[in-house]
Amino acid sequence: MSDIAHPATSAARVHAAGPRAARLLPYLLSLPALLVCIGILVPFGTAAWYSLQRYNLAMPFMRGFVGFDTYLDFLGDPDFWNTVEVSAIYTAATVILELLLGLAIALLLRERSPLNNAISVALLLPLMTAPAIAALMWKLMTNPGFGVLSWLVSRFGLADFKWASDPHTAMLTVVLVDIWVYTPFIMILLLAGLRSLPTQPFEAARLDGVPARFVFFRITLPMLMPYIVTATLFRLLDSIQQFDIVYAMTQGGPGDSLMVFQVRAYLEFFQYTNVGRSAALMMILWALTYALSNVFVKQWLRLRERTHGAY
Amino acid sequence: MDEKARDLFDAFVAGNVGRRELIRRAAALGIGAAAAGTFLNAAQSRALAADYNWKAHQGTALKLLLNKHPYADAMIADIESFKSLTGMSVTWDIFPEDVYFDKVTAALSSHSTEYDAFMTGAYQTWQYGPAGWLVDLNEYLRNGARTAPNYDWEGVLEGLRASTAWSGKPGDALGGAGAKQWCVPWGFELNNISYNQTIFDKVGVKVPKNLPEMLEIAAKITRDAGGPYGIGVRGSRSWATIHPGFLSGYTNYGGHDFVMQGGKLKAAMNSPQSKAFTKLWVEMIQQSGPKNWATYTWYQVGTDLGAGASGMIYDADILGYFMDGGDNKERGHLAYAAFAANPEATAPTANVWIWSLAMSNFSRKKDAAWDFIQWATGTDHLLYGARKQDMVNPVRTKVWEDPEFKEKIGKYPGYLDEYTETAPKAKIYFTPQPLFFNLTTDWAAALQQMVAKQIPVDEGLDKLAESINRQLKSAGLG
Repeated sequence: MSDIAHPATSAARVHAAGPRAARLLPYLLSLPALLVCIGILVPFGTAAWYSLQRYNLAMPFMRGFVGFDTYLDFLGDPDFWNTVEVSAIYTAATVILELLLGLAIALLLRERSPLNNAISVALLLPLMTAPAIAALMWKLMTNPGFGVLSWLVSRFGLADFKWASDPHTAMLTVVLVDIWVYTPFIMILLLAGLRSLPTQPFEAARLDGVPARFVFFRITLPMLMPYIVTATLFRLLDSIQQFDIVYAMTQGGPGDSLMVFQVRAYLEFFQYTNVGRSAALMMILWALTYALSNVFVKQWLRLRERTHGAY
Repeated sequence: MDEKARDLFDAFVAGNVGRRELIRRAAALGIGAAAAGTFLNAAQSRALAADYNWKAHQGTALKLLLNKHPYADAMIADIESFKSLTGMSVTWDIFPEDVYFDKVTAALSSHSTEYDAFMTGAYQTWQYGPAGWLVDLNEYLRNGARTAPNYDWEGVLEGLRASTAWSGKPGDALGGAGAKQWCVPWGFELNNISYNQTIFDKVGVKVPKNLPEMLEIAAKITRDAGGPYGIGVRGSRSWATIHPGFLSGYTNYGGHDFVMQGGKLKAAMNSPQSKAFTKLWVEMIQQSGPKNWATYTWYQVGTDLGAGASGMIYDADILGYFMDGGDNKERGHLAYAAFAANPEATAPTANVWIWSLAMSNFSRKKDAAWDFIQWATGTDHLLYGARKQDMVNPVRTKVWEDPEFKEKIGKYPGYLDEYTETAPKAKIYFTPQPLFFNLTTDWAAALQQMVAKQIPVDEGLDKLAESINRQLKSAGLG
C-alpha cells in the first residue's frame, strides 16, 4: 500500500523535514499557477506598454513614450468611432438574432426523441466548421456569377443583389454567416438548459390549465435565464472580437463598412507596422470585453442566487 | 563521350557554338534532352565558377522564405545548379501570398535569424529598410571582390534597379542620391491589357487605345457578349487595388499621389487630373466591372479572364500569361496590348510590381546569402527560368533578347510588343514613404465608396486627401 495519496502522511513528512519546508510548501504549490499567470501577463503588460508609445516599426526614429496620446487621438478620429459603431452593430445583431433563433430551435427540439436528438447533432455541424472556411463557402455561395444564394434571391426579383460587395448589404451578409456558424452553439446550451429544468412547475401549470404563453414567459424563461445569460456572455465576447469571418469576406470593406476592432488592429500591425496604435486598439477592446463580462457575470450570479437561493 | 560532351557544352556557354549547332552535335553524340539539360547546367556552373570563388561558403546551409509563385517554382527547379556551383545546401519555407507578408513581417520584426534571404516587393522595403531589417545590397554590388565579375548589374532594366533603391527619406526619388539598394529585382509585372480575342471578335471590337475607348468597349462587351462582363480590375480593400491598372492609368493622366511642399508630403489625390481620371475609372467599374468588384483581388481578376467571364483585364501582363495556359478554358484565346490611358499621352506609364530578393539583416550568413541572391538574379538562372519555366517577366534585357525565350513568348500574341513599348517608361510611380500601406489602403476604401455611390467622386477624393494629410501630419511627414 502506498501512502502517496494520504495528505496526513505527506504533511507529517514535510513537518518532519523541518519548519522551513513547511513554510515554503504553500508557495511551492502555488508556483505552477504563478508561472502560468506570468506567461499570460507578460504579453499583456508588453502590449499595454507599447500602447503608451509612438511606435511604428517603419519609423524607428519616431519611437518614444507618449503616455495616453494615442488613446486621446482616437477620441477625435472618425475612423475609430466608425469602428466602435460597426463593432457594436455587429455584436448586437449577431447576439440578438442568434439568441432568438437558438432559443426557438431549442424549444422545438426540447422533447427527447431519436429524431430530435439526430437533428440537434446535425445542427452542430456548422459549429465544427472553421469560421474562415465558412466565410469562404459563403463567398462562393454569394458569387453573382454562380453562387446558389445569388441565384435564389434572383428568383425573388433581386438579380443584382451584391451581398458583401455593397456597403449597404455587407453587414447583413457577414451577420448571416455568423448566425449560420454560431446559432448551434446557443441552441445546444439552451437545449441542455431546457432539458435540465425541473418538471414539477410545468406539470402543475398543465394541471391548472395555464396558457402556454404564460408558461413560457413566467416559468420557462425565468428558469432558463442563467443559461441565456451564459450563452449571451460567450457570444458577446466572441462577437465583439470578431475577425476571421469579416476579414475573409471583405477585409473590413467595402469602404469602412465592416471595420471591426480586430480587423483594424490586425491591419495596423501587420500591414501598417504601427505597433503603438494596434496595441492601443487591443487594450480598448480588452477594457470593453472586461467591462461587459463583469456586468454579465454579476447578472449571472444574481440569477443563480434567485434560482437556487443564497448560499 | 563525356569529355567531348563537356567541351561541346562549355563551348556553347562561352558563346563559341550556336544553339542549332549544339543540338546537332549533341544528337550526333547520342545525348538526349534530359542529359543535355544536365550537361548544360554543369557547363554553366563551370563558367560561373571560373572567375569567382563560388565555393567560398561550401558546406553552409541557407534558409529562404518564399512566396508560392511561378518565379519561386522556377528557382526551386534549378536549385541543384546552385548547390553544385557553391557546395551549399538550401532549404526554404513557402507560403501562399495571402499570408506571406504577415510571415515576413513576423520573422523580421522579431529579429529572427532563421531566414537568410527572402522574396519581397519593392513597396515592402519602404517599411523593412528604414526599420533596419534589411542589408543595403550596395555593400556587395559596389564591391568587386564580393560580386562575380560577370554578374552584370547594369544588365538589369534601369527602371527596376532604381525602383528598388531608396534613401529612406520620405519623398526622395527612387534610385536618387544616397539611395540604398534594399533588394535586387528578380521578375516583374507590367500593367497593361490582356484580352479575350474570341469575345472581342464576337462583339466586333478592337483593343482600346485609351480610357474613354476602354469604357465604350467594356460597356459593349457587357451588353452584347451574352454573359461576360467588360473589364476586370481589382477592387478589394487593399493597397493591391491601387498599384496595378489604376495607378498606371492615373499616372498617364498626370496624377500624382503626393507633392512635396516645403520639404513635407501633401496628398494630391484630389488634383483636377486625379478627379478626371477617377471619375472615368469609377464609371467604368459601375458600368462594366464585375458585380462583386469590391472583393476582387489578383486571383478573381485572373480566373475570370481564364474562364471567359470577362472580356479583358487591365492588370499585370503575367496574370494574362498565366491564364493563357494550364487547364484554363480560354487558353489560346488571349492576347496582349500596351495601354496608355490618357488620349493625349504619347506612351504608356506602367507602374510595376517587382518581385525581388532581399537579405535579412539578422542573417548570420550574409556573404553566403549574397551568393545565393546573385546566382538567383544572375543571367544564367534567369535564362533557364525564362526558357524552361514560367519566369516571365525576367528583369534582364539580355534574357528578353534571347532567341529561345523570344520564340517561346512570341507564341503569346502581342506580349513582346507590349513589353517593348512599355518597358522604357516602366517603373514605380508611387512616392516612397513609410505609410505606403496605410494610405493606399485608405485610397482603395475611398474608391469602394465611390463605386458604391456612397459618396460622389469629387467629395470622396477631397475627403481622402484631407484624411491622408491628417495622417501624414500626425506621423511627422506632412
